[in-house]
Amino acid sequence: MKVLTLNFLTCAVKACKSSNDSFPLHPKDAELAHDDIEINSQLLVNVLPRIDWTALRTTSTELGFPELPEQPPTAETLEADEAMLKELHTLLLETQMMEGKLVCGHCGHEYAVREGIANFLLPSHLV
Amino acid sequence: MLPTPDTSHVPYSRVYEPAEDSFLLLDTLSSPSETAFLSSRFTTTTSTTKSPPPPPPPLVVEIGPGSGVVIGFLTAHAQTIFSTREVLACAVDVNRFACAATVTTAAKAVAENAGTAGLFLDAVQGDLGAALRRGVVDVLVFNPPYVPTEELPVPVPPPVPVSAVNVVVDQEGRKKTETTWEDDSHLLALSYAGGKDGMETTDRLLDALPGMLSVRGCAYVLLCAQNWPEKVKERMRRLGAAWRAETVGTSGKQAGWEKLQIVRIWRDIAVAPPAS
Repeated sequence: MKVLTLNFLTCAVKACKSSNDSFPLHPKDAELAHDDIEINSQLLVNVLPRIDWTALRTTSTELGFPELPEQPPTAETLEADEAMLKELHTLLLETQMMEGKLVCGHCGHEYAVREGIANFLLPSHLV
Repeated sequence: MLPTPDTSHVPYSRVYEPAEDSFLLLDTLSSPSETAFLSSRFTTTTSTTKSPPPPPPPLVVEIGPGSGVVIGFLTAHAQTIFSTREVLACAVDVNRFACAATVTTAAKAVAENAGTAGLFLDAVQGDLGAALRRGVVDVLVFNPPYVPTEELPVPVPPPVPVSAVNVVVDQEGRKKTETTWEDDSHLLALSYAGGKDGMETTDRLLDALPGMLSVRGCAYVLLCAQNWPEKVKERMRRLGAAWRAETVGTSGKQAGWEKLQIVRIWRDIAVAPPAS
């Protein structure tokens, strides 16, 4: 699963929805893979406004990537910064979490990721 | 006619095979009225330093993709359907085999339509939109389990008991899990059995819909005649002055009744302007 996808996902437990700690989910024992995808700079620039940057910074650090700047780059900065475009492209789209767990910071529930597919079905006591 | 994605790799013993309902979704979503609606709602123009920033690329989510034929089609033909290739797509299914099938279907369809395709992100296993962040979905597609049945099957909750899974080693020495015939028929039942009025699962999705959709978001939900589609539309319109629900595709007339229909549910942005 891609890092960009993680930016759209949260804990499936109803009671966690109102807590800020349920997003982003925290990767644990993550095995990463790299997919070669052709870079689309315009898409990256346009996707930027819909990314929760603070959450992306957390995910990025937790996956062992270099720390992202505190504030997201502006569209103009990003368009002109080829190195940063490449870095974001690699992080958001080319990095795949293949195995491991995603942990909710609020309830502690661990969602398994196997062969790149995360399982958000809840055990019956949490539904 | 836009080409239909190849689903020859999909194990139909445990994943819903594309059928009349799937094809009605393809026809409806690529019809002139819907491509015009989707294009006007989500098209991004090339940004320049002087014009206001373009709207960010829409996130298209299919719940219950089964084989992945519909989300694969939407992703592969993004340029034709949305008038932009800047479309993000993903899928959620309760059936793990359906998730895997969808990933392959989308990858094949994108490779075959490289000049028009958007970006397929992932398929995740889950219950409806429970794992999605609030308000992130721009286009939701749902082909529900709509057949009225006496009982509503429920997914096997994790952790899957070891006894329910046979681990076999294939010729290359890799461990593979095998499900039994009972498990397979249960997985298929999840894809069509809808409980009372065929609406038990759809009702849950419709209840959650306002929290799932972005302000510019819209949903395409397939219904059959026994689902009381007129009641469904009235119910969605009662959500507020901005809410709209219309039938935008039909198929299979039976005794003057449409057997299947696609209802588009959305908010009129002119009535409910986006909050700041």
